[in-house]
Amino acid sequence: MKPRSKRLMLVGGGVALLFAAVALVLSAFQQNLVFFHTPTEVAEGKAPTGKTFRIGGLVEDGSIKREADGLTVRFAITDTAKVIPVAYRGTLPDLFKEGKGAVVQGTLEDDGLFRASEVLAKHDENYMPPEAAHALEQAHKAGATVSQ
Amino acid sequence: MKARFLVPLALFFALAGFLAFGLTLNPREVPSPLIDKPAPAFRLARLDAPETTFALEEMRGQVWLLNVWASWCVACRQEHPVLVRMAQQKLVPIVGLNYKEVRGDGAIDARKMAPEKENALAIERARRWLGDHGDPYALSVLDVDGRVGIDFGVYGVPETFLIDSAGRIRYKHIGPITPEGFRDVILPRIEEVLRAG
Amino acid sequence: MIPELGHFALVLALMLALVQAIVPMVGASRNRLALMAVGRPAAQGQFFFVAFAFACLTWAFVTSDFSVQYVAMHSNTATPMYYRITGVWGSHEGSLLLWALVLALWTVAVTVFSRHLPEAFLARVLGVLGWVSVGFLAFMLVTSNPFERLLPGAAEGRDLNPLLQDPGMIIHPPLLYMGYVGFSVAFSFAIAALLSGRMDAAWARWSRPWTTVAWVFLTAGIAVGSGWAYYELGWGGWWFWDPVENASFMPWLLGTALIHSLAVTEKRGAFRSWTVLLAIGAFSLSLLGTFLVRSGVITSVHAFATDPQRGLFILALLVIVIGGSLLLYAWRAPKLAGGGSFSFVSRETALLGNNVLLAVASASVLLGTLYPLFLDALDLGKLSVGPPYFEAVFVPLMTPVVVLMAFAPFLRWKNDTLGPVVRRVAPAFVASLVIGVGTAFAIDHVSVRTVLGLSLAAWVVLASLQLLGTRLRERAGVSLAGRLRGIPSAWWGMWLAHFGIGIFIIGVTLVGSLNQNIDVKMKNGQHADLAGYNFVFRGVRDVAGPNYDAARATIEVSRGGIAIATLQPEKRLYRAQGMPMTEAALDIGPFRDVYVSLGEQVEDDSWLVSLYYKPFISWIWLGCTLMALGGIFAASDRRYRRLAERAAPSAAAQQVA
Repeated sequence: MKPRSKRLMLVGGGVALLFAAVALVLSAFQQNLVFFHTPTEVAEGKAPTGKTFRIGGLVEDGSIKREADGLTVRFAITDTAKVIPVAYRGTLPDLFKEGKGAVVQGTLEDDGLFRASEVLAKHDENYMPPEAAHALEQAHKAGATVSQ
Repeated sequence: MKARFLVPLALFFALAGFLAFGLTLNPREVPSPLIDKPAPAFRLARLDAPETTFALEEMRGQVWLLNVWASWCVACRQEHPVLVRMAQQKLVPIVGLNYKEVRGDGAIDARKMAPEKENALAIERARRWLGDHGDPYALSVLDVDGRVGIDFGVYGVPETFLIDSAGRIRYKHIGPITPEGFRDVILPRIEEVLRAG
Repeated sequence: MIPELGHFALVLALMLALVQAIVPMVGASRNRLALMAVGRPAAQGQFFFVAFAFACLTWAFVTSDFSVQYVAMHSNTATPMYYRITGVWGSHEGSLLLWALVLALWTVAVTVFSRHLPEAFLARVLGVLGWVSVGFLAFMLVTSNPFERLLPGAAEGRDLNPLLQDPGMIIHPPLLYMGYVGFSVAFSFAIAALLSGRMDAAWARWSRPWTTVAWVFLTAGIAVGSGWAYYELGWGGWWFWDPVENASFMPWLLGTALIHSLAVTEKRGAFRSWTVLLAIGAFSLSLLGTFLVRSGVITSVHAFATDPQRGLFILALLVIVIGGSLLLYAWRAPKLAGGGSFSFVSRETALLGNNVLLAVASASVLLGTLYPLFLDALDLGKLSVGPPYFEAVFVPLMTPVVVLMAFAPFLRWKNDTLGPVVRRVAPAFVASLVIGVGTAFAIDHVSVRTVLGLSLAAWVVLASLQLLGTRLRERAGVSLAGRLRGIPSAWWGMWLAHFGIGIFIIGVTLVGSLNQNIDVKMKNGQHADLAGYNFVFRGVRDVAGPNYDAARATIEVSRGGIAIATLQPEKRLYRAQGMPMTEAALDIGPFRDVYVSLGEQVEDDSWLVSLYYKPFISWIWLGCTLMALGGIFAASDRRYRRLAERAAPSAAAQQVA
């Protein structure tokens, strides 16, 4: 093969590969990004139903209840303005506590219940997950008063 | 031909630009919605004399700092010497808001605790901590259930609010105050507010 | 007093680093041997002082000197001795000190093992390493002094984060840092080569063992980290695609590409500018990883309760180091074009293809890691990029890499014809497809992922065996032992590492497909079944550890009536921080792990228990071990040891030198 055509093939192959990779990344982004919504946004109907997303906020005081099977937990996530009921089946992270920050990932059902597939609590005693802090900040910006 | 060797550099600078921007997104810098608004009113029991209360209005006419702290808070210990030094300079009075002393501590399950017992435990723990580390506060109040903290939009301890003589929040500092942070950020703001009266 | 000595030692180390950064560089450009010779003693002195500072900090931990703020925050009188020592690198300041120590160690290693290097070249290498060291020591002294006093001293310390109180944490950070920082040697060789214009096969040969050793450490570090996450985080996952993990995985991907690209540059003189770019890239990603983990840009500033000054400092460091070296690259690299020519069908092309794919994979991980930050920066909303994204991108990118990886060693350098090679490996290729599909049916789990994974693994294993067979048949008439001895250890290294990838894929595929797990509520005497195993709950009792209190459950595991293990998972509460921690218990076996973790108490005598059956999961780490072992074999090849300053063997390389 001539050096020139070899070079062309290599460059062409590289460009094709790059395009394939970009297409791959874009389609993966399209399908797999998990958006974040605050409880207020969810209450206002801005969050999609049937699609996975995250909610962050505080676990409302006195809201944690176990169902009879002992495995399903119900609790509420609040940004101090709005409260979203959550159901989750499984073991909770070590640092999950009432009155503390948490982030839940799952889907919103038609009746307004958020079915969580994953519960993330903060890693540190003093600080909350950024998304939970963000939700509180947003609620304050909106001028919400505390609903407790 | 030579231009293609500059591609990595250009890509890197684009990335560095984003990273630099990411740093400025620091939540500390985001102005709190409470800035320049009247501080939420409260009336809470005093730590030194729990039978008496202290209300926000009592500070009217003074420029002061409200520092949110708790004995379980690691970062509070870090900023504490700065507060102690600040108090020695007698620049402005510092009021301590002892935030969720008992129920904020992961080691204790406060749900099963009677309110009186929680109060007593909070007072004991808070006093011991101030005894150990020095007390920079003109006075401290007890926010046992954290309600006042929520009014102030506290989402992590420590936080510090600068409140002017009209009772408006002029600045909010999130996280521990470092000596540099005090010198470069807080002190100038205090002086500015003091000058403005 | 001791902490002040440590602080002072750091200042002295910074001074020596400055000397090491400037004097040999000046010497090299003016061709003054006396100045160049300053590099070695300066580097060794710097190492001494950094090690001394490190010893001082360790001493403060051992003696529980809570008047040192860092010690007060991360240790406690009840902390066991070994966790006091590992607490030294348990957080920001101490891990920076470890970074600096490891860098000084690598630098000293360069001064010791580089007698055959030309003086001017060595001087430049040490100079570059000196500058990196200056950056890090200055960063530490200006923003994160580990010896900062807390006066008056605390009566008791806050204790080390319980997550880090684990044997895995004793060795994970040092291994990882040896890997990260090790790429600084390849980096400084590349920069020295750009500066001197000397970029021939000899340069590649000098770089290769250093790069390979760094890669071995990084591989081992990542593997230990993933093992730690597996048993310490309490839910049996082994890789989470979390930013901190990605930060170590990106340099690994580029480092892997670099090792292969260096091979081509050494053997054939080709890909020079690409190799240099990879060397810069691998180290840049190591630095970027440090930035991501340490500045808190990704994990939120709240998770990292310190001043943004640190982030700014690291960013400035990044811009100077990476920006500067890329600028140098843009200026000098165009002169490097040329090198051995090769035809479209050749081992070079196959390696180039894999290199590009690895670089693209690395870029896609970088994009996924930083994308939330980009969107946030542009105020387009908050989101997270989770494992599904990384899996969706990574699997299609790695599939051709693995296919090519097993195929490339059959190709000849420079020029080959495709037909005969393809005919040779076709049986293995077809057989692996059959094995993949057949096994998927046999385990009754037919999915794209399973079939693809098993076929790839079978392909790697079969092709590797065939390659070994071919190699052994090469020298007819010699005894088998003689033939085995005739194979250089570098070849064994390649073979083992590739074989390890096959083992790794088996583990990943099977644990992904056959993994089972249930959460059950159990009380004393109750039992549960999972994957043929029977679990009997024998109650919970309270035990006291040195710095924690725990509820310890006893669970008997049996299969078909035969007792297999008694597992004792714990729920711990660390006293000083009041932080709860789940401590899982495992029965590790060659073909499966049984993994049990204790949840919370739901009623007075009932507990939530998570039971996991993890088939073939140890094969993941077996694969990593083989890869690391392969790297050790490759780096210990005889020709590096008897390496004297020699002319480059290939004519193509000599043109440029």
